[in-house]
Parts: sequence; structure tokens; C-alpha cells
Amino acid sequence: MSESKVVSSQWPQVETGRVVLINSGKDEGKLAAVVQIIDHKRALLDSPHIERQEVSLSHVSLTQQVITKLPRAARSGVVKKYWTEASVDEKAAASTWAKKRASREKKRQLTDFERFKVMVLKKQRRFEVRKAVAKASS
Amino acid sequence: MSTKTFGSGSREIPANKASKWYPAADIAQPKKARKTQHPTKLRASLVPGTVLIILAGRFRGKRVVYLKPLDGGVLLVTGPFKLNGVPLRRVNARYVIATSTKIELPSLNLDKYDDKYFAKEDAAKKSGEEEFFDAAKAASEKKTIPESRTADQSELDKALISVIKQTPQLTSYLKSTFSLSKGDRPHLMKW
Repeated sequence: MSESKVVSSQWPQVETGRVVLINSGKDEGKLAAVVQIIDHKRALLDSPHIERQEVSLSHVSLTQQVITKLPRAARSGVVKKYWTEASVDEKAAASTWAKKRASREKKRQLTDFERFKVMVLKKQRRFEVRKAVAKASS
Repeated sequence: MSTKTFGSGSREIPANKASKWYPAADIAQPKKARKTQHPTKLRASLVPGTVLIILAGRFRGKRVVYLKPLDGGVLLVTGPFKLNGVPLRRVNARYVIATSTKIELPSLNLDKYDDKYFAKEDAAKKSGEEEFFDAAKAASEKKTIPESRTADQSELDKALISVIKQTPQLTSYLKSTFSLSKGDRPHLMKW
């Protein structure tokens, strides 16, 4: 018999203080912290950006951030204090994920003329890259 | 009313005499229309000077400049012809996407461009055989466009292009055609 080793997972878990991104409803795109887990499907969320509310975990994406010291069932004032202390918003804004989301949103808001301009710029870039590749490989 | 005298007496004769007979069957009276015809109300996005994308017909996918509304939800557009080959033309507002790109229309007199301007001339009636052979002949010949039309077009093009040139890349934008590619969701796109 070989010995089995139990290692905890590396992926984000639903836990008190976990910062999540709300994906649907009125608060879509806003960040919140898990204050208390209600059951395996729902959690109580709170943050300076939203009203304290119970949200189904299927409507939420977990981020890498955790407010480690957040006490369970903390009230809004306490959540706000820990939120600013941990500078959650700053860290979230600096993350690659947030940047990708922002750029995707920006792309979505482009008008037809702007999409055309992007297409032209992309063509120019492609041309330059191919030129450089051809030069390097010859 | 007129009065007619007979010896000592007189009698009045009505100007409109009552009919001596009446129809055996009732004559159907046409219904009085109580509705009035309202002029077509175009979308708010359709403002003269807007760049439109034509969705149907020979010029589908072309980006054109909207000049003025005509009667019955029809729009007067032009490429300009020199840029993308779309002549001065009427399109239905339903078959068009209005983009948010607008150009400042130069002061042009567009009054003469109405439905009559585009009407075809009535061809003289010909006998069946003659018509058949003439049609065959006409198909082989190239249609000539009246000189007045080409003159109007070039005058308009000149004025429009001078404005279009002021915005960088707008010329090549109007020259390009629109098409959907994989993953494009037109109802979620902004124009």
C-alpha cells in the first residue's frame, strides 16, 4: 500500500472574507465580500459598493482576494473598515482580470467607425510583424 | 325653383326633380374613411448627414451618406459615387442601419431630388414581336445614363468629398463594406 497524501486545493474557495464579483442582477460587475455562508448554494455578501444581501453562488465569480481577518457575520460598518484596510478595490483594479474585463467592455462600446479604425491599426501591426519576421528568417 | 304660368294659373317647378324610380337593389355606399394618413416618422437616429449601412439590394454592405428624407419612409442617399460607386439613390429606411458617424452636410440645394426625379420615362407601346426583338437588342447594348444625372452626381460628390476629407480615415471608411463575421452579434453592437 502506498501512502496517500492529502493536500488542500489551490483554487479559490468560498470562505468568510472571500472577495467575489457579482455577475448578474442589479449589482452586476460589482465586488463584494462573503460575510457568511448560508448553505452550499448561497452566501451573505456585503461591501461598500452594494447593499448587504444574500446571493446565490451561481451568480458570482470568486476572485483571488480574501480579506483574511474579516470576522464571520460582520456588520456593514466593520466590513467597510476591513475592506478599505485591505485596499481591495486598488488590488482588484490592478489585476489582469480587471484589465481584461475593462478592455472587453471598451471593445463592446466601440462604434462602427471606431471598429473600422481598429481593423486598420491591426492590419498595420500585422504588416509590420510579418515584415520583421521575414527579415529575421531570411 | 322656377315658376311656370298656365293661362290664369301658375305652378312652381323644382330645379332638381325627384327621381321617378329607385333602384331595386341597394347600391353599396363606399365606407367613409375616418383615418387620416400621417407622414412617416423616421427613427431618431436618422438625421441627414448620417453614415448609413445598406442591408439589402445591389448595394448591400455599402456605407453611404444620408442626404434627406423622401415621402413614405424612403431616404435619399449617395455613396458618394466617386468613393464607393453608390449613386444618388432611394433606399427604404427599414433596410438601413444608421451609424453614429455623422458628417456636416454642405449647404446643397436638394429640392429637385424627389420621387419624380427618379421616375422612369414611359416607353412607347410596341407590338409584341417588335417588343421582343427590341428587348433582345437593348440587352446587348449598354445603357447610357443621361448627362444631367451624371452632372448632378459629380456636383454632389464634389461638395460631399470636400467635407468627408476633413475627417481622417473617413474616406477609406466609406470605401469599405460592412459584413458580419464569426462571433459578431449585431443586436448587441453599437453603431
